[in-house]
Amino acid sequence: MIRLQQLSKVFQARSDSIRAVDNVDLSINTGEIFGVIGYSGAGKSTLIRMLNMLERPSAGNVTVADWNMADLSGRRLREARQEISMIFQHFNLLWSRTVKENIAFPLEIAGVSKQKRAERVEELTELVGLSGRGDAYPSQLSGGQKQRVGIARALANNPKVLLCDEATSALDPKTTDSILDLLTDINKKLGLTIVLITHEMHVIRKICHRVAVMDGGKVVEQGLVIDVFRNPEQDMTKEFVKQVTEPEETLDALKDILKSSENGLVVKLMFLGEDAEQPVMTDLIRTCGVAVNILQGKVSKTRDGSYGTLFVQLQGNKEELDKAWQYLQEHRVEAEVLNDV
Amino acid sequence: MMFNNLLETWLPNVKWDTLWEATMETLYMSVLAVAATFVLGIFLGLTLYLTDKGNLWQNKVIHAITAALVNVFRSIPFIILIILLIPFTTFLVGTMLGPSAALPALVIGAAPFYARMVEIGLREVDKGVIEAAQSMGANQWHIIFKVLLPESMPALISGITVTSIALVSYTAMAGVIGAGGLGDLAFREGFQRTNPDVTFVATIAILIIVFILQWIGDWITNKLDKR
Ligand SMILES: Nc1ncnc2c1ncn2[C@@H]1O[C@H](COP(=O)(O)OP(=O)(O)OP(=O)(O)O)[C@@H](O)[C@H]1O
Ligand SMILES: [Mg+2]
Repeated sequence: MIRLQQLSKVFQARSDSIRAVDNVDLSINTGEIFGVIGYSGAGKSTLIRMLNMLERPSAGNVTVADWNMADLSGRRLREARQEISMIFQHFNLLWSRTVKENIAFPLEIAGVSKQKRAERVEELTELVGLSGRGDAYPSQLSGGQKQRVGIARALANNPKVLLCDEATSALDPKTTDSILDLLTDINKKLGLTIVLITHEMHVIRKICHRVAVMDGGKVVEQGLVIDVFRNPEQDMTKEFVKQVTEPEETLDALKDILKSSENGLVVKLMFLGEDAEQPVMTDLIRTCGVAVNILQGKVSKTRDGSYGTLFVQLQGNKEELDKAWQYLQEHRVEAEVLNDV
Repeated sequence: MMFNNLLETWLPNVKWDTLWEATMETLYMSVLAVAATFVLGIFLGLTLYLTDKGNLWQNKVIHAITAALVNVFRSIPFIILIILLIPFTTFLVGTMLGPSAALPALVIGAAPFYARMVEIGLREVDKGVIEAAQSMGANQWHIIFKVLLPESMPALISGITVTSIALVSYTAMAGVIGAGGLGDLAFREGFQRTNPDVTFVATIAILIIVFILQWIGDWITNKLDKR
């Protein structure tokens, strides 16, 4: 559906130039939810804005559906844009229009008749769960409701692609989840291709099929979300993964235990799959004779399976501990020792 | 009866039919001038905004020319502007006297003033909203008429309210050089013939007009502002 080739964008500042996006190659499949994650200034917004030519590339190609986007201008670009919708971090609704009138806006632009507009607006208000609020003004809505209007508005002309620029970054965690559920729903129901950018791994984990990690304008890592979680290669990716796999204060909480070696081996184990950890733990205790103390644990669900992190303390004599370690290696459980014995 | 006597005692020189006529002339000049200023000011304000750096019709030359015109006409004191425009007015209206003859000067004096307020109002429109409209495939006319003007309407209305009040005082000045209206009445009948009661009544009439304009402007602005 979307193909980026050697895509670059250079901003000319007064004295120097900024390579906001640097030689990016990506392809995104039809019906996929594709996430781009990176820290502030990584070039994510610039990248996504080049998909609908809000930003013109300095070099490279952008193909969306069958359009070579950089070749389009004027009327043809506007027609293409009706099929490539966008939602925004700050919603960007027209405050002078009611919810219904905001949703009707893209339909007016597309020249849809008044009668058809009213029907479609009704449908969309229902779809995004805003029935009954149609005559409210944006200033009377909560952030989550505003984003629902943004989504309804973006879907009005039956687009092929939905671009989300930090669509949940201004929302609280609970509202974020409800918006993400809505996006997943739309993706399933309408088969819409969704590209979303974010700096929260939680968003990627919850709804994306694949993810690309951006740093300094470059895509440094990409793949299936579950693979990236299981096997992050770059340090930055590891940090992002930690955002969701490790409870926030883990290392602080473990600090005291880590200090003294008498407490045995403190190990971080990483599991793939819902119940993978169960037999491993039981076997570890039975065959190796170590005592296993669970310190912390967290299971994260991705679209393609769960992924767990467990912090355990193994206690026993040197021999037993070696045996336990070997057992973990043999059973291909990803393990990392946090203290040295 | 009592009331009429009171009026005659305190305001002996006021001719009420003349006052009414003068008020109508002032209203005539103000309303037409406000309407024309609104249209011309929005046109100039849009030109200033759209040709500015980073905006839809970015154009240094047109922006600089419009800005220069606006600044020059905004800086000329109104009383001097009227005199400067005498040849233009006689050419356009055919005479230098009467309320209609005041209109060109009124509009040319007020529109640049209003244009700057329009420009400020337009700049307040969230760039993100304009971008959202573009991302939906809006063309420039959609953006002007469906985004920029509606989103800045409260600012445009409160701006025209301020301008219309300035215009009422301009009509009084225009009155002095023969345009008629309440200013003319206060100057000729009141000041020159030393009838302070006439000046007083003309002043009250002008104040009432100003208060009504302010009230209407505030009411519309409040009605429109859904932020
Ligand atoms: N219009 C512009 N002119 C000049 N530089 C720009 C412009 N837009 C972005 N940049 C620069 O490009 C780089 C990438 O910006 P971008 O907005 O794409 O980052 P981002 O990953 O979206 O960050 P954030 O998470 O803060 O939104 C930044 O260094 C930024 O300063
Ligand atoms: Mg950004």
